[in-house]
Amino acid sequence: MRDAFVRALMREAAADPKLTLITGDLGFGVLKPFWETYPEQFINAGIAEQGMTGLAAGLASTGRTVLTYSIGNFPTLRCLEQIRNDCTYHDANVKIVCVGGGFVYGSLGMSHHATEDMAVLRALPGVTVFTPGDPHEVEAVVPVMLRTPGTCYLRLGRGGEPYLHHRPIEGWQLPRAITLQEGTDVAILSAGGILTQTVSAANLLREQGVSAEVVSFPCIKPIDEEKIIELGNRFRDIVTVEEHSIVGGLGSAVCEVLAGIGSHCRVHRIGMPDVYSSIVGTQQYLRGEYQMDDKAICARTLAWLRG
Amino acid sequence: MPDYASYEEKTHAAFGGAPIDTGDPKVLAWLIRRHGLEMTHLSRGSHIGAIFSVAEIIATLYTGVMHVDPAQPKMPDRDRLILSKGHAGAAVYAALAERGFFPVEELSTHYGNGSRLSGHVSHKGIPGVEFSTGSLGHGLAVAAGMAMGAKLDKAPWRTYAVLGDGECDEGSVWEAALQAAQFKLDNLIAVVDHNHMQSLDFCEKTLALEPFADKWRDFGWNTLVVDGHDVVALQAAFAQAKENLGSGKPTVIIAETVKGKGVSFMENDILWHYRTPQGEEYQAALKELEAQRP
Repeated sequence: MRDAFVRALMREAAADPKLTLITGDLGFGVLKPFWETYPEQFINAGIAEQGMTGLAAGLASTGRTVLTYSIGNFPTLRCLEQIRNDCTYHDANVKIVCVGGGFVYGSLGMSHHATEDMAVLRALPGVTVFTPGDPHEVEAVVPVMLRTPGTCYLRLGRGGEPYLHHRPIEGWQLPRAITLQEGTDVAILSAGGILTQTVSAANLLREQGVSAEVVSFPCIKPIDEEKIIELGNRFRDIVTVEEHSIVGGLGSAVCEVLAGIGSHCRVHRIGMPDVYSSIVGTQQYLRGEYQMDDKAICARTLAWLRG
Repeated sequence: MPDYASYEEKTHAAFGGAPIDTGDPKVLAWLIRRHGLEMTHLSRGSHIGAIFSVAEIIATLYTGVMHVDPAQPKMPDRDRLILSKGHAGAAVYAALAERGFFPVEELSTHYGNGSRLSGHVSHKGIPGVEFSTGSLGHGLAVAAGMAMGAKLDKAPWRTYAVLGDGECDEGSVWEAALQAAQFKLDNLIAVVDHNHMQSLDFCEKTLALEPFADKWRDFGWNTLVVDGHDVVALQAAFAQAKENLGSGKPTVIIAETVKGKGVSFMENDILWHYRTPQGEEYQAALKELEAQRP
């Protein structure tokens, strides 16, 4: 996803010489093509995320689209008040980019587990929150994000995720959810890089005779309410999957929509329970540990359908 | 006290109907204090000590130092000011109103229900306010971003940021100080209202800042130290800061000030960071200010 992001960004930077990318001293090997091609549009703000975000707000006020870039919780929680006061309150055209949503840096420890970012950013008025699920989704949302007024948040996974959509997504519009496969027994809704597990879980369910509809949400704020209501009307059970706390992210957003219309659909949230992980491991190991890998999604879904 | 028909009439009464030259920095500084007293009195608001210490700094900026026009508050080549010590927002509101950006009468709504004039300076719907602040340590980085934008655009305007000394406890100030020097933002001018006091005590007893000027020099800033209540000295410092363009260094003016300046019993008394002027204290402060009217 990182590389898809840089590819998409470089296309946009060529067209908009005022587009500026600021990094908080991270992105070695990822951003290099960008800074080599567009040195005038690249700034390293140092290991100073508060300064980086304030700088971005000021720079954006001079008619620029400004991206801030870092990993894990650094571009968000470390400078949250600068995002709230300096960016969003001022409708600043700042796009915050996080690499490493969820357990991408699982072995590095709790400091590097980005598991509350979606909830926190979603709570800020005016922030559009993008959570693409594969490289095609990244390439679809980046141009839309850069044309979306105000402050946006882009939550990326890592590098090397597989393409889950069979072809590039043409003409994606905010905040459309995308159906990857249709089903009749259960709908599984997914946000972010954990889409690999969701798609794989749907395949495992098929082997068990369960037909799952898989829907990806590349944007969770605003969220595709129309799609959620349609799914709520069509299915008795909806499962939400996110590599994030079950508090405040996709699952919460889906519940808010369905509760609002008095739906009788049951929503089952898969994600990080309300804890920090003090154990470490690879992304896939931690997904298994916290019951959100493909096997766990399949098993938990089967249990809910039988319940 | 006589009855006045309006807030404006009351706060201008000391001039006895004579024309008021708000383009004179001494007159504007006096008006900032007069409004600061009245606004915190009417609203039972706080921070009068900080409003009084920053009065000459703000008055000097809005009387010829900054290129701004009340008829075109958003003109592209205007100079930008961020009051990073947002709790002294009444000083900026007063200066803007007196310079014609919005009616003086609106100052009477400060802090009030439904008012646009929040206790910490807000830009929403207030002509002339560039940026909202209130949480300390934000303004310098944003000002640096604005200055960087002007440099990239080869635009002539400058960016000013007014900070408090207590605010310099915030680490984010020093992140921005490093960045402004690194990016050679010689079109950025910071002013520190160095009144030596913060919320609960003197700065030196809280988190010692001294040697303060040396810190800024060591961070790569062109550093000037002036009497922050002497408008001529401030004007000279701003002129020097403007001439600094081309040096590759941002400028900081450390303005030596007195918290509560202008009212004897408020000066250097931490009580007046939060205390609101009421009753006899309000009357006594008013009397002292009236005696000083330029």
